[in-house]
Amino acid sequence: MPLEKISQVSGNAVYVPGDDIDTDRIIPARFMKCVTFDGLGEYLFYDMKFNEDGSKKNHPLNDAKFANSSIMLTGANFGCGSSREHAPQSLYRAGFRAIIAGNFAEIFFGNSINLGMPCVSVSDETRDLISASIEQDPKCEVTVDILNRVIRVGDSSYPHELREGARESLLNGSWDPLDELLQANQGIEDIHKNLAYI
Amino acid sequence: MSRLNLFEKVWKAHSVGQLQNGQTQLFVGRHLIHEVTSPQAFGMLREKNLPVRYPERTFATVDHIVPTNETQEPYSDPLADAMIKELRKNCKDFDVTFFDVDTGKQGIVHVVGPEQGLTQPGMTIACGDSHTSTHGAFGAIAFGIGTSQVRDLLATQTMALGKLKVRRIEVTGKLNPGIFAKDVILHIIKVLGVNGGTGYAYEYAGDVFDSFSMEERMTACNMSIEGGARAGYVNPDEKTFEYLKGKPYSPKNENWDEVVSNWASFASDEGCHYDDIVKIDASEIGPTVTWGINPSQAIGINETIPDPSLVDQKEKASIEEAIEYMKITPGAPIKGTPIDVAFIGSCTNGRISDLEEVASQIHGHKVKEGIKAIVVPGSQVVSKIAEEKGLDKIFTDAGFEWRYAGCSMCLAMNPDKLIGDQLCASSSNRNFKGRQGSPTGRTMLMSPTMVAAAAITGVISDSREVFSS
Repeated sequence: MPLEKISQVSGNAVYVPGDDIDTDRIIPARFMKCVTFDGLGEYLFYDMKFNEDGSKKNHPLNDAKFANSSIMLTGANFGCGSSREHAPQSLYRAGFRAIIAGNFAEIFFGNSINLGMPCVSVSDETRDLISASIEQDPKCEVTVDILNRVIRVGDSSYPHELREGARESLLNGSWDPLDELLQANQGIEDIHKNLAYI
Repeated sequence: MSRLNLFEKVWKAHSVGQLQNGQTQLFVGRHLIHEVTSPQAFGMLREKNLPVRYPERTFATVDHIVPTNETQEPYSDPLADAMIKELRKNCKDFDVTFFDVDTGKQGIVHVVGPEQGLTQPGMTIACGDSHTSTHGAFGAIAFGIGTSQVRDLLATQTMALGKLKVRRIEVTGKLNPGIFAKDVILHIIKVLGVNGGTGYAYEYAGDVFDSFSMEERMTACNMSIEGGARAGYVNPDEKTFEYLKGKPYSPKNENWDEVVSNWASFASDEGCHYDDIVKIDASEIGPTVTWGINPSQAIGINETIPDPSLVDQKEKASIEEAIEYMKITPGAPIKGTPIDVAFIGSCTNGRISDLEEVASQIHGHKVKEGIKAIVVPGSQVVSKIAEEKGLDKIFTDAGFEWRYAGCSMCLAMNPDKLIGDQLCASSSNRNFKGRQGSPTGRTMLMSPTMVAAAAITGVISDSREVFSS
């Protein structure tokens, strides 16, 4: 089945402030004791959202106003730390389809693109303007427009950055590379045979 | 002939071609897997009815979830038990070599690879674990990857990846006595920042790395990702070749000279291009301890905890957040901070030389009453060597618990966890919020010798003072 061509993502957005939000915070390690990714959405930001006694903390993801968000806005170096794909999987399974951040840690970025979840970078100023709009009207529609390299919020439009290769993969529906990798059958075999090691 | 750095040479030798989106299809000659990030990948293979393309290029072990205080299966934790069984089944179904708990070879994947001789110069290596950069100590290019890429490697032995830039980090001069590889890498991360390495592979070089043992090089390469760099390496030299000689999966000795000359050919050419070069003076590096919630939030043992009122607005918020979480006082010395737990182990510092170094210092000392101190060897091989040398007894006599091999309290996916807001002096690699198993648990990263000093005094201490006599 051909993959979806992702030229834009629209929906409500939620602002989760903070720089250097690591993958342990996105999905604590104890929830990775599983052999499938099913159900990970439930544990997204678990320790940020809940106290140890199970009561809710004051966190944007616990705020009913933002309950239907499919776009997350956040700070710089988002997703730093471990390579666990459980992190983007938990975001995706919690309903997120795009992340806007100051910038992204590299492995997290690649893992997210592989799921067809765009990760676009914006300046601090743009982040502040978008977060103000969301705060003012949580139901306003936010569009991450990959094709035109902008983010639209109401009547406003802001530039975003997305690495060209990742942008291409989303636009032409090749964000999951497996099919393309499988095609290079002979090239793979040649290197396998020529390498000095098995 | 153009002069190339090691990264470029290895990249070239493993490039299958360019993909539509401009990325490279990179052949990964050695694939390491473990129980946490592989089961979903095998699931995807089954869904697509794909075989493992070259099962002889993948090796498995179990490390994250194994308990370190019981060996009897089924494990007390049914989720952990299900995970080890799933890996066993996947390896059997797909014909992958598995260093299971009964082989004597099980351990943390980044300890096992090198000690089995699976990690060699000039290789591309990948594993669904961000600390795969450890293997770069041998002059290999080693990446941490996500589970979808684990699937890609199982199915095709290749993955899609954009080429990295290379930053050479030269640590010149001589380290002061009592300063370890852990201090060097914490210092590098402090200087370059937690995301300073984004888009780069780090080439570690200079007098300090030249004189480092292989295990010290591994400690430094291990934490490359904590500085944002996806890979880190040291050029292979005589020490590398000597280390690999006779290891179980090393090439056999009859072709040794040929093997060595091939390995040596991957080293960066003199005068080759680097995208960036950073120089660090070894004499500036002291015993280094993290005070905050990411590995760049580190200071020297004789320094004070940063005061958010003295920094610019941008830094202020993150320092305040860290100080609040860590329950420490701005401007206070880090030395003297009371600890609850001491952890020696992990893929950063759970090797035999780490244990030997600590054991040589703690003779005649006792862990302070009320402190829980555990030593977790990085692998069954490390454990066996340590026990043959009597190190286990030195540790237990001093009041440390001696455990079975695994990742343990580095990320607490097994029963070894902090409780409540306990503060742990830890030889591991991450001090993120909640990292060691309690959502309010606190971690201070440091060298194993500094952990031992803290265990003995009950407070963060300068190991040079504690072990001076």
